[in-house]
Amino acid sequence: MIPVRRWLPFAILVALLGGAAVVHIQRNLDAEMTVFHVEAQELYLTSGDWVKRLSLGYHGLLACLYWTRAVQHFGRQRLAHGEYRLLYPLLDITTTLDPELILAYRFGAVFLTEEPPSGPGRPELAIKLLEKGLQQNPAYWRFWYDIGFVYYRGFKDYQKASEAFYQGSEYPGAAPWMRIMAAKVAAEGGTRQTARALWQELYNSTDDPTIRASAELHLLGLRIDDEIEFLQAKVDHYIHVTRKVPSRWEDLFAAGLLPGRPLDPMGRPYRLKYDGTVLLDPQSRIFTSKLGWRE
Amino acid sequence: MPALEIIELTKDYLRGFWRKRPHRALDRLSLTVEEGEIFGLLGPNGAGKTTTLKILLRLVYPTSGTARLLGKPLEDIDVHQRLGYLPESPYFYDYLTAREFLDYCGQLFGLDTARRRQRVGSLLERVGLTDAADFALRHYSRGMLQRVAIAQALINDPDLVFLDEPMLGLDPVGRREVRDIILELRARGKTVCFSTHILSDVESLCDRLAILNRGRLHGLGTLDQILQLAGRASEVLVAKPSPALADALRTFGNMLRVAGDRLTLTVPDEKIYPVIDLIRQHGGQLLAINPVRTSLEDYFFEAFGTEKVPEVTLKE
Amino acid sequence: MQRVAAIALNTFREAVRDRVLYNLIVFALLLIGTAILFGEISIGIQTLILINLGLAAITFFGLAIAIFIGIGLVYKELDKRTLYALLSKPVRRYEFILGKFGGLALTLLINTAFMTAGFFLALYYVKRSFDAGDPPILVAIYFIFLQLLLATALALLFSCFSSPVLSAAFTLGLFLVGSFAADLKDLADALEAPWLEGVMRAIYYAVPNFSNFNVITAVAHGHSVPATLFWSNTAYAAVYITLVLLASMLIFQNRNLK
Repeated sequence: MIPVRRWLPFAILVALLGGAAVVHIQRNLDAEMTVFHVEAQELYLTSGDWVKRLSLGYHGLLACLYWTRAVQHFGRQRLAHGEYRLLYPLLDITTTLDPELILAYRFGAVFLTEEPPSGPGRPELAIKLLEKGLQQNPAYWRFWYDIGFVYYRGFKDYQKASEAFYQGSEYPGAAPWMRIMAAKVAAEGGTRQTARALWQELYNSTDDPTIRASAELHLLGLRIDDEIEFLQAKVDHYIHVTRKVPSRWEDLFAAGLLPGRPLDPMGRPYRLKYDGTVLLDPQSRIFTSKLGWRE
Repeated sequence: MPALEIIELTKDYLRGFWRKRPHRALDRLSLTVEEGEIFGLLGPNGAGKTTTLKILLRLVYPTSGTARLLGKPLEDIDVHQRLGYLPESPYFYDYLTAREFLDYCGQLFGLDTARRRQRVGSLLERVGLTDAADFALRHYSRGMLQRVAIAQALINDPDLVFLDEPMLGLDPVGRREVRDIILELRARGKTVCFSTHILSDVESLCDRLAILNRGRLHGLGTLDQILQLAGRASEVLVAKPSPALADALRTFGNMLRVAGDRLTLTVPDEKIYPVIDLIRQHGGQLLAINPVRTSLEDYFFEAFGTEKVPEVTLKE
Repeated sequence: MQRVAAIALNTFREAVRDRVLYNLIVFALLLIGTAILFGEISIGIQTLILINLGLAAITFFGLAIAIFIGIGLVYKELDKRTLYALLSKPVRRYEFILGKFGGLALTLLINTAFMTAGFFLALYYVKRSFDAGDPPILVAIYFIFLQLLLATALALLFSCFSSPVLSAAFTLGLFLVGSFAADLKDLADALEAPWLEGVMRAIYYAVPNFSNFNVITAVAHGHSVPATLFWSNTAYAAVYITLVLLASMLIFQNRNLK
């Protein structure tokens, strides 16, 4: 028997050295694997039904796993400006495994519709997913809201969007603004106000941080559009009155048209081009486009 | 140079589930075995015989104390090249034949192929298993397994052999054969140390023995030396005793037997002359006076009584 | 060294004479055969299904052998006391461990070779030719073999101090967790609190990362395996297995044999 005091120091040394070696090699592997790791590797089976059968009853647990993977996939594709090819299949499997995972449907609705590079730009897949959600959860009227939103944003089909909102408003317990929204979209579908209302409603309707962040971003974009429109009107007025193109914001301030130098929501001043066009500061543009909003 | 020296060997086991209490299986055992001896380790169950052997063969580690085997310290594993061991209730690999198993053992000793074949062949013959050598061990009877066990203990022609209960499971013929093997080993100058709780084995084989009980050494020496402690007596044989003589003799000892026309009386040595006078007085015919040693069995019962030593299997 | 080899060969002999081994091989080959049938149903992806299913079969049946035999490696000898006769001979305790590992590794090697042969037969039957996409499959099988060795080492370790049931549970558990190791890492990345992330990361590195070795889907699509991956995986397996074996040796060295 080797007494403890003799082997313990060696054991600790070996454990530390070995552990360091393992960590080092693993990190190399992680780097190599991200390059090599074809994403399809994650999908042994592309059919949700088969996964459910094989899950031996633990489909709720597997649904959580696949949901996590969907989110991770989305995040990775965002960073890599990828094609989001697995987003729909993963969400499809997730919702087959757990049809009541509402969040999965809604997440799909929002992000499948997003235009590249923020998303795959496949609103038809979003509709498909939402219709599945309705089938499995008939009482969840909010899905009609989501459907309407997809038609509004993805297809720019205000008629269909309005119909969807209307459908949803008929449900017992549906919020009253559904009907208002139906009317609004039918009447003035292309306006920024409608868009703002819709995004705000989306923001209010969920706790999921990713969806909320997206809604906030779109609202920010709308606000910027509003502000630029407002500023542009001021500049045009200045030109109309003074027959001169203003070179700096101070000119408008001196003319009493503005209370000060206008800052965008990121805190940078708006740019005034030589020909009088109001633009967003390049830095802010980079910032917003990185976060997925493109102008 | 002694073949085996045991020096203050102690082994504690921790018993109990929550609060572990040490149970002393061996308590400062010390003894020496000379080269070329047949040495017996005797004691009731649970005495520590098997523990001792396991410690000597490094299957179990001592709490304190040490030993020297063939002059080498206990930690020296190379000395095992010259040791042989027969474990208590041996069990071997079911799926091997006796021949394959012995060959495997030979490989572990580093014997080359030719030598292995020769040793395996001769040992199989010696233990009488040549015919059954190519059947799987799972088909062997208890007695056959015991023979295989003896063979594997001798595969390397060891100088010091440890046998734990070598006669266990054998019929009288088998026991006789094992006895012969042990005597042969001594004749070739080997040292044999075997443990048993069967007294007759010891009486007929051992040069010296040690008696253990509850982990402690109770007696060490030749059979005579040990039994001397118990006192000497003689057995008196009288032919055709008259009833009066029988009655008179009854007062001398309770070990009186009358069978047919013969009377046998066991008398402590100090009373031998009064008995002889009595016989002469009554006109009895004195056939013989034989010295009698207290048998080992008596010694045992006297020393350890009928106290029940609890038998516990230790789960480590 | 001769002693280690003797123990290894004896272990191999024991495995070969254990009927469990043959049942598992037969099942594996049956599964590969069935994969051909599956392929008939879905047109165009026969090869894909065959490779995916076949390599998965080799993995799982190899794992079954590694675990079933591995958990008994030391335990059986302890329980049946065959160790008494063994260790009373000039065999070092660590030699015993190495021999046992070597024997089972050899068994797995032969077994994997058989299943690979069967697999390639099936592949040829389906494809009627060999092409450039085939050598990477051999690399994938090599990686599977590394996984099996790792699982064996773990089973051996548990066998030194645990009952067969617990050993099997632990080994299987570690295999499952190790197969989902990538998710552990994602979880670590997603965690907010730095101490929690640290703990998760430590767990990620400590757990035997079986997912490293899984390139089945990629080679099914004909991708080749980069050399750096080959060497990294070999290094990872070598280091991890060595550490596990050292632990086994230490535990076994200090055991009192009851």
